[in-house]
Amino acid sequence: MLPDNETRINDSAELWLDQAVTRYESDSSRLLQILHEVQERFGHISQQATGILAEKLDIPRARIESVASFYSFLHLKPHGEYRVLFSDNITDRMLGSEALMEQMCQLLWLQPGKVSEDGLVSINTTSCTGMCDQGPAMLVNGRAITRLSHQRVQEIAQLIRNRTPLADWPADFFRVEDNIRRSGLLLGNTLAYGEVLHAAVTAGAQQIVEVVKASGLRGRGGAGFPTGQKWEACRNAPGKEHYVVCNADEGEPGTFKDRVLLTRQADLVFEGMTLCALAVGASKGFLYLRGEYRYLLEPLHAVLQRRRDSNLLGISILGKPGFDFDIEIHLGAGAYICGEESALIESLEGKRGVPRSRPPFPVTHGYMQQPTAVDNVETFCQAALAVQMGAEKYRAIGTEKSSGSKLVSVSGDCAYPGIYEYPFGVTVREILQDCGAVNTRAVQISGPSGVCVPENEFNRKLGFEDLPTAGAFMVFDDSRDMFEVARNYVHFFAHESCGFCTPCRVGTSMLKQTMDKIANGHGTKHDLREIDKLDRVLQNTSHCGLGRTACNPVLHTLKHFRPAYENRLKSLDFKPAFDLDGSLARARQMTGRDDAGAHLKETE
Amino acid sequence: MSKKLRVATTSLAGCFGCHMSFLDIDERLLTLLDLVEFDRSPINDIKHCGPCDIGIIEGGVCNAENVHVLREFRKNCKIIIAIGACAINGGLPAQRNHLDLASCLTEVYLTEPGLAHGHIPNDPELPLPLDKVHPLYEVVKIDYYIPGCPPSGDAIWKFLTDLIAGRTPELGHGLIKYD
Amino acid sequence: MSDTFQLDGAVVPFEPGQTVMQAALAAGHYIPHLCYHPEFKPHGSCKLCTVKVNGRTIASCTMPAEAGLNVESNIEELNALRRALVQMLFAEGNHFCPSCEKSGNCVLQALGYDLEVHATGFRHLYPDRPLDASHPDILLDFNRCVLCELCVRASSEVDGKNVFALAGRGITKHLIVNSESGLLKDTNIALTDKAMEVCPVGVILKKRVGFSQPIGERRYDQRPISAQALDDAPRLSGSGGSCPACEDAS
Repeated sequence: MLPDNETRINDSAELWLDQAVTRYESDSSRLLQILHEVQERFGHISQQATGILAEKLDIPRARIESVASFYSFLHLKPHGEYRVLFSDNITDRMLGSEALMEQMCQLLWLQPGKVSEDGLVSINTTSCTGMCDQGPAMLVNGRAITRLSHQRVQEIAQLIRNRTPLADWPADFFRVEDNIRRSGLLLGNTLAYGEVLHAAVTAGAQQIVEVVKASGLRGRGGAGFPTGQKWEACRNAPGKEHYVVCNADEGEPGTFKDRVLLTRQADLVFEGMTLCALAVGASKGFLYLRGEYRYLLEPLHAVLQRRRDSNLLGISILGKPGFDFDIEIHLGAGAYICGEESALIESLEGKRGVPRSRPPFPVTHGYMQQPTAVDNVETFCQAALAVQMGAEKYRAIGTEKSSGSKLVSVSGDCAYPGIYEYPFGVTVREILQDCGAVNTRAVQISGPSGVCVPENEFNRKLGFEDLPTAGAFMVFDDSRDMFEVARNYVHFFAHESCGFCTPCRVGTSMLKQTMDKIANGHGTKHDLREIDKLDRVLQNTSHCGLGRTACNPVLHTLKHFRPAYENRLKSLDFKPAFDLDGSLARARQMTGRDDAGAHLKETE
Repeated sequence: MSKKLRVATTSLAGCFGCHMSFLDIDERLLTLLDLVEFDRSPINDIKHCGPCDIGIIEGGVCNAENVHVLREFRKNCKIIIAIGACAINGGLPAQRNHLDLASCLTEVYLTEPGLAHGHIPNDPELPLPLDKVHPLYEVVKIDYYIPGCPPSGDAIWKFLTDLIAGRTPELGHGLIKYD
Repeated sequence: MSDTFQLDGAVVPFEPGQTVMQAALAAGHYIPHLCYHPEFKPHGSCKLCTVKVNGRTIASCTMPAEAGLNVESNIEELNALRRALVQMLFAEGNHFCPSCEKSGNCVLQALGYDLEVHATGFRHLYPDRPLDASHPDILLDFNRCVLCELCVRASSEVDGKNVFALAGRGITKHLIVNSESGLLKDTNIALTDKAMEVCPVGVILKKRVGFSQPIGERRYDQRPISAQALDDAPRLSGSGGSCPACEDAS
């Protein structure tokens, strides 16, 4: 493969770039979508393409480099014709992903993170791809492949060696099961598409807000902000335009409910967004789809088109003059932080996904600084159901402060991983029984930033009163090492820190270093004190929730599973931070010495 | 009068600049000698450190011998003070840390223009270099730090007198320096 | 009569639109800061200015002042956090003060002095960050970059040039320049640019003028940053005059 500065773009490619920019109306706020298309077409965003885009969009080329380098799935240098990313969530690891990756690297003769010399392939890891119920999983050129096995890895390596186009790979590789194990009011609904909207259009905007408020519905993304209150604040906020944004950047490791909702309940999602648009007075909506779910883009576009054809989107929806609303899908590109609503908005505007300083909040200053209602995929579904059922009936489900039902993404050590819908208030124990988990040691609720629940707390309940959750429910049985679980999560945070603020940018890397040091047998009690210090800094000074919660997995596992750490610590109060004798290896090699003086003992 | 505190000092991967600065406390050395007596130190040429109250070390850790000396100090001294930039963060010697040791050795001893019959020294008498230069605290526990390149005589004096008097050493504006 | 809030027990008046930091500095109260610069819109990334507002920790440079707030700043709990943040910045880059011509005029260093930071406290990352000496008159030493984005902001907002930008994510985040070669010589930067003046550390340097001030006469040799920052601030909130910090550096 040619080095990047020699991969010259020919005339037809330049024409294609020109058309792509025109398709996005030369609007630099659509930069991320344009870069996505360039990446898909050319395999990377070359220096020359960057120059052409900069000129056509009339922005500095440094801005393009700045944005592209923020997102893991975009590459400014050639990254192989086949770009393989193994999902690296702890659940993938528990299913053997590390050995599979090693196998693939051996089969294709390359090292993780490197591009093969012939430019054919690169292999690396990526954060959880949302296939924990059917892992180990990977992405090849952005396409999800599930249920990896040694057999499947061998087949994939062969297909890559043969340069078989992805379109010709066996369809079964790309099959994504829904794995719905338990349905409730959401997954079991029998609503016809448009049904809720018909009724709501008659009732009117004010009524929608009132019902959603009275239903007690709270956001399903984890934070649990009252949805009706948010919609009302957005509606009342002055602005040239109002916007509705659906947060489908489901990046919390272990969560995959939105994947299933967007597959099975896309109409209900869009129905909820349209209701919200009516309620807040928006004419434009976005669905921010995480890049890992790229395969859902075409089906979702088809649903949107059908809804336009049925006058459920577009001008004068359902004949109501002035009710104009349409939805655009914006594709993410591998950045967990974009699940944070203000970072998501920055990303929608074609920028680096860096969380904004708040206040002001998106309800008053969101997309393009206009009032914006950002809600989770599940929240929009629940809102539609609440409007359809009526506040009182909806409120009767769940608990006092957590009305309605919750989708739980179950993965890890259990017989039946998948999606379970329960009314709020369900206990951890009930879920464990339903999913066929035995000898369970702990459950991680709501992903790495959430809570680690040990066995003696299995009577705790899901709900905002006790265990708030975005939906991840990762099960660990007594064969699992909870230190390694925490270490995996710490690596995740270090990889996903946006780098904006000092504490998170540096602190997550320091934490990773400390956990690796303990894992390598160099840990001491001093390192546990270091973790405490890092936690104080991260919790108190980080810019957003990512940094503020990044120490949680360590603190929780330390609290409940301290021996998992202490067994690794040396009894000494102090140990060198690195392998002393190992750091003489280079010099031994260069001098050919191996005498006693050419070695250092770990301690004296 | 109570027993004098026993103090040892040494320089590892340093330039002895911190020691020179120590001598800059000038006539206060005499006052200090009323309070302390010296064990291993370049001042008296004692080669090995015995049991001490305070060990003062300048320079970072760049080779195997540095590790041995540092450990000897840690074993024998109740309090270890890292003095100067090199001891605290690697300092000048650590500027090689982003270079590969093998290519450093190759360039210096083998491929440097004008070098004839070069070879990388391999006498067992010589300490082997570590692949990176490390601050002291990465190898042993350090109790106190006096920053500066070098710290001024005044800073060293203030720090030591605080410590000897049982106060938490504080330098304050004008005495705390990283350069 | 303007509204007021409490800062460490003192009454601080503020104008509508001011942040806690702006009001505090104008009233003669110092809150440690690094990425905040009186002439630019607050950015809030370094987090040195973290205070407690009604018991919650938040960056004071971006926190809008509100009547009746109870703000705590100069307390050991917060100074300990600030010390750790300074230590993190020292560990993240390659800050070798003795060889840096910005030494004595460096904000990061002065913050370390003022907070009595004696050692880095964290393991140094020793990143590999090659210099850019391509420009005939300007040197970029990325080893010292603290990612405050002041040069990015100055070049874009004041110079209208966008010479600088940040690339990468997380711990790999780094400063880049706007040219196809990636070199400063191929940008349209000029010595007279605002971006030349604002670097709080020693990244953006004019060639051939280093070490002009003798030790003892440099900016923070004379006064601690806590005193210096207060001298700079009020003049700015008033007539919109230029920033003495920048004049010094040039």
